[in-house]
Amino acid sequence: MSVLIYTENFDGKFKKSTFETVSYGAEIARQMGTTAIALSMGNVADDDLKTLGNYGASKVLHFNDARFANLDNSAFATAIAQAVEKEGANVVIMSGSNIAKAVAPRVSVKLKAGLVFAVSGLPKKLSPFTVPKKVFHGKAFADVVFNSAIKILSIAQNSFGVKEHLQNAAIEAFDAKVDDSAFKTKVTSVEKSTGKIILTDAEVIVSGGRGMKSPENWKPLEELAGILGAATACSRPVSDEGWRPHSEHVGQTGKIIAPNLYIACGISGAIQHLAGVSSSKVIVAINSDKEAPIFSAADYGIIGDAQKILPELITAFRKFKSEN
Amino acid sequence: MKILVCISNVPDTTTKIKLNGEKTAIDLAGVQWIINPWDELALTRALELKEASAGKITKISVISVGSQGAEPTIRKALAIGADDAIRINTEPKDAYFAAFQVAEAVKTEAYDIILCGIESSDYNGSAFGGMLAEFMDLPSVSSVSSFELTGDVVKVNREIPGGYEVVEPQLPFVAVVQKGIAKEPRIPSMRGIMMARQKPLKVVEAIMADALTGFVAFEPPQPKAACKMVDPANVAELVDLLHKEAKII
Repeated sequence: MSVLIYTENFDGKFKKSTFETVSYGAEIARQMGTTAIALSMGNVADDDLKTLGNYGASKVLHFNDARFANLDNSAFATAIAQAVEKEGANVVIMSGSNIAKAVAPRVSVKLKAGLVFAVSGLPKKLSPFTVPKKVFHGKAFADVVFNSAIKILSIAQNSFGVKEHLQNAAIEAFDAKVDDSAFKTKVTSVEKSTGKIILTDAEVIVSGGRGMKSPENWKPLEELAGILGAATACSRPVSDEGWRPHSEHVGQTGKIIAPNLYIACGISGAIQHLAGVSSSKVIVAINSDKEAPIFSAADYGIIGDAQKILPELITAFRKFKSEN
Repeated sequence: MKILVCISNVPDTTTKIKLNGEKTAIDLAGVQWIINPWDELALTRALELKEASAGKITKISVISVGSQGAEPTIRKALAIGADDAIRINTEPKDAYFAAFQVAEAVKTEAYDIILCGIESSDYNGSAFGGMLAEFMDLPSVSSVSSFELTGDVVKVNREIPGGYEVVEPQLPFVAVVQKGIAKEPRIPSMRGIMMARQKPLKVVEAIMADALTGFVAFEPPQPKAACKMVDPANVAELVDLLHKEAKII
């Protein structure tokens, strides 16, 4: 019996979401009276692997195979399933990332293990194993019971937080047996902007809607984002109009986000938009329509034209940053 | 070439969620049902590919696991332009159960490309497409935001943090698609709606299988405190509140 945590790395480095996943898995392991084992795949330095111990992992399995530099869903799932079997893990923890969505379902079928996405907190019960999850993008929550020996949980981002629990994690080399023939997808090129803050990692997000009136008006919004170290986002009509790229669309059919601070400029707050942003810790809404539904979801509101308010906010935040 | 699009019948995304008296289920009375938004985009892209293929793509099928109540949604997919449809006559107990049913139903059909949406807008599972691929022992690519077919070669964009990768899968394969795959979902034309009535909709019975997870209780979200309004003439107050009260900057 053990808890196995799959830890994603990004070019060899861990992110906050990885540490949250380990923190969560380690807490379940404590509740179950067992050990938390992290699995890392790819080229990660020992010093980085060691840091997983800071969040409660007592052992790190390291599978370093050059063929795993690019994601192949089937090959990754094969390796993870072998690690689960080797460690006799009965609970497997993954993040809520695109990688988890790509790989976890395949692991589930390989191991006949129940799989729940969007898990929103610690298990309600260990027997029968029952976890809370978001449904309808946070318009309700549900308790899900597992009927399988092995359980796979993918946790909703920022639902648990990063919690330190110092362990001296032993690093153990792990060698999964994966044939070359298992790789049936090939990455032929990569397009990646560097230095830009990634929307799903961002602690602060400044977002614009149709009330911004035209794509040229994004300049002050980007300036504010720059001051706050924030990522920029937009509502669905804005990406549909082509004012901003689809990758910036937050909402039910776009990205689901959970930053500390979400500043919505000229966004009325359609129910589908709120579904994508309601997990933000604090929401600020700026809108000229005082009846806009965004104010029912917001913590702080300013009634006014975002075009006029944004320059004033830039001045105010700049002053704050220079004093703090 | 043949394409299969898996569709899920879900409550309209504007539905206000109510629970039943015992809080053991969502109250579905009066709910409008739609094609899961990502599945609808997948179907739209499949039709675009077929139209651009000069006859190379011969058929687009849709499949759904659901009781008879799901038929209007399946007919809508036919009205949008799918050529035929399969309904597996059972409630989709969980993704594992549903993916197993679909894998069994289509294993002799030899589809070249299978498209699934990345998530269902009701129970927010993201498991079905990957599970189907594993049951069928096919390669899969997830988070697909663009899909191009040139001859027999498929190239898809897979979204990664900060950008995308171009991925070339061996066929047949399963693409799990997200926003961007098609610009806007297609709306059925009058002619499409008329033709949909004549198109084949095959009903197959489910096979005995396990579900590995089940819903036991529901609860509404915590009520939110009222929004605190800041005077637009004094926006510096907002900065102050975020710093001293919310303590997030």
